[in-house]
Amino acid sequence: MGALNQLVIGASIGAVLLLAALGLTFTFGQMGVINMAHGEFIMAGAYTAYVLQPLAGGQAVLAALPVAFVVAGLLGLVLERVLIRRFYGRPLDTLLLTFGVSLILQQLARDIFGAPNVQVRAPGWLTGGVDLGGLRIPYNRIFILVLAVGCVVGISWYLARLKQGRRMRAVMQNRQLAAVSGVATERVDQLTFFVGSGLAGLAGVALTLIGPVGPTLGSAYIVDAFLVVVAGGLGQLRGAVIAAFTLGVLNSFVEFWTANGASFAKVVVFAVVIGFLQVRPQGMFVLRSRALS
Amino acid sequence: MSLHQRARILLSLLMVSSVVVSMSACVDDPDSGRADGDTIKVGVLHSLSGTMAISEVTVRDSELLAIEQVNAAGGVLGKKLEPVVEDGASDWPTFAEKAQKLISEDRVATTFGGWTSASRKAMLPVFERNKQLLWYPVQYEGLESSPYIFYTGATTNQQIVPALDYLKEKGKKTIFLVGSDYVFPRTANKIIKAYAGANGMRVIGEEYTPLGNTEYSTIVNKLGQAKPDIVFNTLNGDSNVAFFKQLRSAGFTADTMPTVSVSVAEEEVAGIGPANVAGHLVAWNYYQTTPGATNDAFVTAYRAKYGADKVTSDPMEAGYNAVKLWAAAANKAGSVEVDAVKKAAAGISLDLPEGKVTIDGENQHVYKTARIGVIQPDGQIKEVWNSGQPIKPDPYLKSYPWAAGLA
Repeated sequence: MGALNQLVIGASIGAVLLLAALGLTFTFGQMGVINMAHGEFIMAGAYTAYVLQPLAGGQAVLAALPVAFVVAGLLGLVLERVLIRRFYGRPLDTLLLTFGVSLILQQLARDIFGAPNVQVRAPGWLTGGVDLGGLRIPYNRIFILVLAVGCVVGISWYLARLKQGRRMRAVMQNRQLAAVSGVATERVDQLTFFVGSGLAGLAGVALTLIGPVGPTLGSAYIVDAFLVVVAGGLGQLRGAVIAAFTLGVLNSFVEFWTANGASFAKVVVFAVVIGFLQVRPQGMFVLRSRALS
Repeated sequence: MSLHQRARILLSLLMVSSVVVSMSACVDDPDSGRADGDTIKVGVLHSLSGTMAISEVTVRDSELLAIEQVNAAGGVLGKKLEPVVEDGASDWPTFAEKAQKLISEDRVATTFGGWTSASRKAMLPVFERNKQLLWYPVQYEGLESSPYIFYTGATTNQQIVPALDYLKEKGKKTIFLVGSDYVFPRTANKIIKAYAGANGMRVIGEEYTPLGNTEYSTIVNKLGQAKPDIVFNTLNGDSNVAFFKQLRSAGFTADTMPTVSVSVAEEEVAGIGPANVAGHLVAWNYYQTTPGATNDAFVTAYRAKYGADKVTSDPMEAGYNAVKLWAAAANKAGSVEVDAVKKAAAGISLDLPEGKVTIDGENQHVYKTARIGVIQPDGQIKEVWNSGQPIKPDPYLKSYPWAAGLA
């Protein structure tokens, strides 16, 4: 029974990881930009729900989803236009730069909203849960799972079916060839960054259901998010999905079967990822293309 | 710039900064001159950025309020206090560095600061080396008594031990310990286990999570299977929000999975959402609802200065008290010189928001009344039990036979 419970819990941890990491599959995975401020876009999404609360009341979380996507997306777009595009091809500089930006954004949030955590009330229909033979699966976890799956489906559709998505893949796979074929690569970069950052905003809204809403919210998730993307393979959506759920389930089982497991589970997860990357430095899935070799 | 060049620049920067630090560390530091100007400078050193800012910013605010009030009442030795505010940035070496800066550059007469035990442990050698005073305003794990620190928050026998007495009185037999993974929860839990062993209670689980952890489903599942009479919660900071939200959404209420927390005050309740945590117990020495004209005046003044929607909490009140106690001691001593203040401070007794507070001259902690409260749906905390009188601080738990061997 315990094992089944933990499987369900692992899946819900995986959904949280996936949601936090989805945006990174775009900005880091597709464009190779190490954006340490990604966590702060998640935070921006969470605060969007908080700001909308007086207007939307109990349904703030739902109302905030599209708004947070745009807010975080625009933040990302501004960051890309103003700073990151000047640093393409210089990953280490970008890392330091965006780390600085993340600190600035955290302090900005602290100045605007105050240092203590704020409260975002969950909608009535998200409190409670389904009883499943001794285990209660909260509705908010199901909501996060559905949202994550919805995002994955949406992204797959976007990448495979939409003109913009195909251009994005083209630029990623071979920038020069895409450019000579008439794709405006700069515009594609902007759009990629907008969508990737917007997804972080969505994650932020969902995370208000289960965690704290404060200035350092994003830093709690950023490392795990990068872990998922790296383990899954850069730019590989299915890799990120599998990595997120594998790490989630692994985490929940280790934590459950060991006494004082939370710290130990983190150690095991990191060790497994490091070990895995020794064997497969490119992650679970690898994109085969001439441009990358 | 090549990588090599960059590395050299970085290296020289590091060397320069270490020279600066070591230079400032060897400044000879006599007491004279700390009150020579028209004002007396006092240091206020809390994390205003980083993960701890969430808790410490409001302590700074209440200390500044107290300084303002001391000035309005005539200041210290007839001079106005001038606060020098520094940011410890949630980084322990920074706390030590800024403490040294306050002492040797700003030449402050005393410093109010710190929250985590790690920051206090980092500052302790600085204040001891310079023979200067630190006022530390947060409940902590005890087992410490520096001659250069005054502790205005509770030590364990004023918070954790009374909480356990209360649980025992209520017939709780099995305890599950949940805490953040650092010195305070681990030491607190050692004390709880010793107490439980001597009082017919049983600890049936012990879980620690990294600071800042936000995933509690597994622990909630473990709690559900263990079914303890009470969960003793020593989680710190953001983690409390995640823990209580997830406990609540797994279907547990204060009736089905009661908890008692020692780091959840009015501010944290606001962040968790009162609906998620209503009915659960907390143990402190002060609540916003604590009756008394002094507290009414404190709450009114705080809200007038910082906003009508603000709440006051135990650590904020302890920070406020620290300023008032130091000012009283300095005025009594007729000097801000450290030894004179320390001597004058012994036995000083003030009427403060939590009630009567007296400094114990021996261990430089204060007598405090322990209070158990229940969190209300409106976010306030209602007191359901108190110790009746201020408890003498006993940081090493020497007066408790079951605690032998803990220190």
